[in-house]
Parts: sequence; C-alpha cells; structure tokens
Amino acid sequence: MTNSIHDMGGMDGFGKVEVEPNEPPFHQAWEGRVLAMQRAMGYAGAWNIDMSRAAQELLPPQVYLSVSYYKRWALGIEHNLLKQGLANAGELAAGHAVSPAKPLRRKLTPDKVAAVMTRGSYGRPEPAPARFKPGDRVRAKNIHPKTHTRLPRYVRGRVGTVDLVHGCHVFPDAAAIGQGENPQWLYTIVFDGRELWGADADPTVKVSIDAFEPYLETLKQPL
Amino acid sequence: MQLRVRALETVLSEKGYIDPAALDLIVEAYETRVGPQNGARVVAKAWTDPEFKGRLLADGTAAVRSLGYENRVGDHLVVVENTQRVHNMVVCTLCSCYPWEMLGLPPVWYKSAPYRSRAVKDPRGVLRDFGIDLPQTTEIRVWDSTAETRYLVLPMRPSGTAGLAVDELTALVTRDSMIGTGFPKSAERA
Repeated sequence: MTNSIHDMGGMDGFGKVEVEPNEPPFHQAWEGRVLAMQRAMGYAGAWNIDMSRAAQELLPPQVYLSVSYYKRWALGIEHNLLKQGLANAGELAAGHAVSPAKPLRRKLTPDKVAAVMTRGSYGRPEPAPARFKPGDRVRAKNIHPKTHTRLPRYVRGRVGTVDLVHGCHVFPDAAAIGQGENPQWLYTIVFDGRELWGADADPTVKVSIDAFEPYLETLKQPL
Repeated sequence: MQLRVRALETVLSEKGYIDPAALDLIVEAYETRVGPQNGARVVAKAWTDPEFKGRLLADGTAAVRSLGYENRVGDHLVVVENTQRVHNMVVCTLCSCYPWEMLGLPPVWYKSAPYRSRAVKDPRGVLRDFGIDLPQTTEIRVWDSTAETRYLVLPMRPSGTAGLAVDELTALVTRDSMIGTGFPKSAERA
C-alpha cells in the first residue's frame, strides 16, 4: 500500500535514535527462524521480495509501529501464505498441515543455502533507451498508487537532478502485484534539502532516492 | 511469539515447502560468519590500494567479487566515499534495505522509526544522537535505499595510520563508519 505508515521519511515525533551496544544478530531464537523461512519461501518461488514488503505495508499503522521487526516479517509471511493459498488459517492456528500442499517451483535444501546468502540480481535487459541522463533535472511525480510503490511521499512533486543511472531493474510496483517484472530504468535522483523541507532547511543537506523511470517526469519549463 | 513461529515452521515443513535443516544453516551463517568484518576488509583494502579503490568506487560488486570472498556479494553494490567536503550516510526510509553481505544484519536502530523518519530530514540531528558533530561546512549526502541498489560508505582513513598493515586497518573500521553514522576508530584506541 502506498501511503501507509512504513513510508516514514520526514515524519516527526519518533524521538532519538537509540543504539544498543553489542547487539546480537537475533534477540530471540524465533527471529532467526522467521528470517530463514522468508529466505526459503523466496527461493521456493512462493512470493518475491516486493510481495513480502507489500504484505508488511498492509499491516494497520498501530500494529506496524507496536510489533518488533521480525514479528512484522512473520505477520507478512502468514499473510502471503493465506493469500497464495499455500496454507489456511486453521493450519496456522493449529500448527499442523491438514490440507494438501500446493506445488512450488523448488525447495531450499542444505546444499543450496549458499544461493540465498547472496542477494539475487534485479538488473534486466533494456527494453528501450533511457529517457534521462546524469545532470538532467526531473520532477518526482505526484502519484498515490493504491498498491505497493517505492516512491516515498517526501519527494513526490519535488524537483531533483539525475545523479546515477543504474540500468534496467525489476519494477517493484508491478512485481508486488503479480504483474511480472516489467523492467524499468533505475536512477539515483538527488534533491536539495531545501527543495524537500523548505527554505529554512539546512542548506548543506542533499538527499537521494533510487527512482524508477515511471516515477519521474521531465520538467515542463526550465527552472 | 516463539510458539506462533514454531507453528508456522511446522506447517511449512509438513507441507514440504521448507527443510528445517536449511533454515538452521541460514541462521548459523548470520550468527557466525556474515558481519561487518566483510565490509571492513574491503574498506581497509581500499585505503591501501588506490587501484582497487578506483575499481570499488566505479563498480562495488565487481571489485568486491574480485577479492574472492567465500560469501559472494550480490549485484548493485554502490560504494560512496567520504571526504573532507562530503559526508555520506545511508538509510532505508521504507523498510530496512542494507548491504547485508558486507555488514551483516542491520541493527535495530537502523530499522527503527526514529532513524528512518529523521535521517532524510535532520541528518545532523541524527548524527548528534551518535555523538557526531560535523562542521557546518561539510555537505551531508543522505542515500535513501529505495530500490535494490545497496550502499556502503567508504569512510576516511584515520590519521596516524600510515604504517599499519591491512589487517590492522581492518580492525579500525566500525560498522557505523560504513553506514555513515560513525567514524573508524583511531589508531591509538584500537
């Protein structure tokens, strides 16, 4: 979902950043199991990374903010299992499988674990030439899709400069809703802090996002 | 939560979707092998080898792969260099994107609402939470990881480390210095 609580950039009121000294990789044993299940189900082709993000973004704001990081992941996994028909609510409550399994593409076995310890590649062949080049001034579109997007609210409608061109990547907005990879050019767009946060903002701050071409429009008039 | 997650794992295992032995290996890898020491070795190498540093800044993934680590780094790693003029800092405002293969699992603060909300609007204030006060003349560049690119900060080499070997330099590189919320340790404190 687009304008939900996960899109936090620029919000006030969450307080100071608290650092835990000597933080362990996992605080509870179940957290590691959740992470590993997410990896294994991704490898199996049950859902993709954008579907796992989208599932968490569907959580009500009060839930999203009050549960721990890995609990959000677990709730997202449960959501996607139900959505894909891979398990039913009774099974999750009982902790036992009763309905037949749905076939998945493959299964993560111990000999294949190295494959999921490295992130996959999201680069894809280029369907068309890039519309923008480094130095171009572009505006982030003022769009509010009802489904998953990776264009944060705080840049929408704002003007920035193309900094880097990363090639064509899987388009999250399509992949999250099962509409295939629909590869799009990916750019790093850098914004002046004052363009984002007003004339009084710190003039020494620049903020960049990675933006897919459909998020961007050419400036109608030069600034 | 322990019971709920056990129930989940049991269902997935009984249905044949997952193999718990594979899960054990993933957890073990994150607990024992995947951590900031991977990124620290890359940084120390870049401090001592200008040719490598050039390749690292041009194509992070290719340069790190050329070191032949056991755990291969994924695509789209972008390394950004801190200088006297520019201080880089990495955040993911939308979730928790982070260069896991280089730094291990992201700490809780990186995934927390205070960091995700403030890093893009008040980076100097966030840095002060980490005890860092940058000169007003330093430009702060915040990289919001909103796609599958992953950013690693190449911190400045601490002064007084001219004679140190790569292994000694590696020990100075902190996790936070590679996120941009800290500096490497000084040679005296190491």
